[in-house]
Amino acid sequence: MGLPSRISGLLPALLSSLAAVTVALLAGAMVIVFTGDDPVEAYRALFSGAFGGRRPIAETLVAATPLICGGLAFAVAAKAGMFNIGIEGQLLVAGLASGLVGAYAWNLPASIYLPLGVLSAMAAGGIWGAIPGVLKARFGSHEVITTIMLNYLAERLINYVISTEERFPVDPRSQSTQPVDPEARLPNLLDGTRLHWGFVLALVAAVVLWYVLFRTTLGYRVRAVGLSRGAAAYAGIPWGRTIVLAMVASGVLAGLAGAGQTLGLQGRHINLSAGYGFTAIAVGLVGRNHPVGVVGAGILFGAITSGATRMQNTAGTSKEIVQVLQGLVILSVAAFAAAGHFRLGQRLSARFGGGSAGRASGNDRSSGVGMGPEIEPQPGPPVL
Amino acid sequence: MAHPQQPGADAPPVIEMLGIVKRFPGVVANDGIDLVVLRGEIHALLGENGAGKSTLMNVLFGLYRPDEGVIRVDGKPAAFAGPRQAVGAGLGMVHQHFMLIPRFSVTENVILGAEGNSTLHLDRDAAEQTVGALAEEYGLRVDPRAKLADLPVGMQQRVEILRALYQGSRTLILDEPTALLTPQEVDELYAVLHRLREGGGTIIFITHKLREVAAISDRVTVIRRGKTVGTRITKETTAPELAELMVGREVILRVERPPASPGEPVLVAENLVVTGSRGEPALRGLDLTLRRGEILGICGVEGNGQTELVETLAGLRRPDSGRVRLKDQDVTGQDPIALRRAGLSYIPEDRHNRGLVLDFPLTENVLLGNTEAAAFSRGWRILRGALDAITRRLMRVFDVRAPSPQTHARALSGGNQQKLIIARELHREPDALLAAQPTRGVDVGAIEFVHRQLVRERDQGRGVLLISFDLDEILDLSDRILVLFGGRIVGEFVSGRVSRTELGLRMGGRGEEERGGVAVAD
Repeated sequence: MGLPSRISGLLPALLSSLAAVTVALLAGAMVIVFTGDDPVEAYRALFSGAFGGRRPIAETLVAATPLICGGLAFAVAAKAGMFNIGIEGQLLVAGLASGLVGAYAWNLPASIYLPLGVLSAMAAGGIWGAIPGVLKARFGSHEVITTIMLNYLAERLINYVISTEERFPVDPRSQSTQPVDPEARLPNLLDGTRLHWGFVLALVAAVVLWYVLFRTTLGYRVRAVGLSRGAAAYAGIPWGRTIVLAMVASGVLAGLAGAGQTLGLQGRHINLSAGYGFTAIAVGLVGRNHPVGVVGAGILFGAITSGATRMQNTAGTSKEIVQVLQGLVILSVAAFAAAGHFRLGQRLSARFGGGSAGRASGNDRSSGVGMGPEIEPQPGPPVL
Repeated sequence: MAHPQQPGADAPPVIEMLGIVKRFPGVVANDGIDLVVLRGEIHALLGENGAGKSTLMNVLFGLYRPDEGVIRVDGKPAAFAGPRQAVGAGLGMVHQHFMLIPRFSVTENVILGAEGNSTLHLDRDAAEQTVGALAEEYGLRVDPRAKLADLPVGMQQRVEILRALYQGSRTLILDEPTALLTPQEVDELYAVLHRLREGGGTIIFITHKLREVAAISDRVTVIRRGKTVGTRITKETTAPELAELMVGREVILRVERPPASPGEPVLVAENLVVTGSRGEPALRGLDLTLRRGEILGICGVEGNGQTELVETLAGLRRPDSGRVRLKDQDVTGQDPIALRRAGLSYIPEDRHNRGLVLDFPLTENVLLGNTEAAAFSRGWRILRGALDAITRRLMRVFDVRAPSPQTHARALSGGNQQKLIIARELHREPDALLAAQPTRGVDVGAIEFVHRQLVRERDQGRGVLLISFDLDEILDLSDRILVLFGGRIVGEFVSGRVSRTELGLRMGGRGEEERGGVAVAD
């Protein structure tokens, strides 16, 4: 059932992503040389810090967990044509919600308390994601603006809650909620490490999202709306309802990231942003907004993050270089994606257009008659 | 190469493009094109969409550097680094989609790009006089002070021509110039072109319509798949010969259409009032009745309510008032899904932005609008096996040429994209079919196929509503013709008993009064 073509369809994306990462690492090496360090040694330390043994691998996956969930959150919104940069806010609000639920210590069994904690995070994230969706569907407010505003709002809300101990189970001195009840915590996955079940939840979320997006009519509608609002309307797919749905799904996934941090890693919600919600955007981009790609990109970024410490300690390379590396990966992946679209599109039309003359050129109505170049880099699906 | 209408036949050709090759990665857009244009002739450049006409002109204007080949202008080797140099050498381009600024006046648009050297001072009166004189000289009647946005399309085109003349162009290249014009405006354009030729100007007329080649050109060069397949003196060739050159095989230009036997009404619109996207009244009380077993053609100049009519009938727009009935059901204001369920199919005019999701594979494009159908899904789950099988079958039956059902729609030619849409819409076995511009931008071979399908649907007892700006298509296919003007039906004709002129006058909003001297009768 078209399996070969599926694989061959994914292969170029994979190769291009790998090539992009390679180019980024090479460029990063040059930067390291400029700072007066040995890039080979730095990368060796980075690699062994990320994958050299049980503990480093576990730490890589610990860092990858919120990035995978956040990347999925970005991807599902992007599939609907929405640029959700409010993942950070959704994640933090969700973390707070589950932190509070866990900190109340309601004396419930784990089989109820833990799901309740996770669900409260997902609900909070979903609500925080739904707001920009509804605003866009109703009033056309641009989601980039509204999600940024909601990030600030989330921050202020959390500041308020964390410093109001007369009302909430919080500890203003440590800027966090009270520790979560043990029954509400995501269990540890690997003894002697910090790896928790949140990682498994992230993988499950990736599989579920893949299935929904590519195997159900629901996901089909989301993707149709994202790729062509006009064609979706033609098919009778309600645009507004679909983007709200996608934004809720996005918020729920960001919420899962928050739950993992609060109920898994930290055992309480700490009022300190690690910026995972923003790195998640990069993870979505590098993963080409495909669940499988996002898992890969999440682990890659997790590895870079977790290997940084050892790189600094053993190779003496500044930890900040890691941020440069992340930036280079994003830049390089974006460049490769654009170039790949250009060439791939032409190769396709060369191969298949032979029998008949006219070729589709972009999304415009006139088939390329005019002074503009007849063959252009296709705009394609939004890279973002 | 002697030609009676060649005053300058001894002089070197105005434009010589010999052996032009232009490759793009993976595509050879021009694969050895020869084009020789003589001074003082109207030279048609004929070819299907994607044959390489635009690339060739971009090469001529210096937007692309050719990989091989020689270009000479007035006998001198020319390799322009950009359009400005081409303009400097006396070439001028009139685009299909005008490169004009709607908020500017006619004069301001004409002098755009040639405003003179003094950066601050603009001598408006002098400019207006120059433009007015130029317009006078070539019969390009247009008010230099009018705001461009207020002018009809035909006038706007004149502004484009004026601009090229103002810049000193002696050789004009017109890219599909009739696409947006009424038959009368086309005649006026022809008159202007003749006058330009008499004044010693040279014209390259890019088109894919055989009728226009015959009507206006002295000579014609046909290109197919990036190659010149022949140059002919227009008077010495025939439409079938040109069509065969253009397509590469024999083409039936007129589809067989036995007399219709209309049955009961299947789609009825009563007193439809619809507001357009910019808040203007688009339909002002429109009535129409489509019967089973007939093709009802709606002709009219673009922008007279066609889009709103189709979208209202398809459920994409709500009428302010009026009713739509499909068979026995009142379907006024229902959404597209409900309308499909009730028996409507719809071939949209905008293939790329409505009819297809270009970045979906063919399978998922077949699914478009069909997600609720039992053949395609169970609950939320898409039946991928069935979808794949149906797509393969439709590709076979409707001759959609693509390597696999997983190919993205973007990779298909316009004709194959259109066939895919038609396959999907007819697969539903509708009672009524809306066909909006079903052959816009598709190649001649595919046009023939589409026309045959529409007639076949009619003969199977479906009602076909055909909306087209191409008057020939309306005349060839329709059993009945309605003329749409200003959001109303202003004329109803039985096919075969009406001339192009009559239709053209109605399309221009004129009633019974006569206008002489412009007719190009069938």
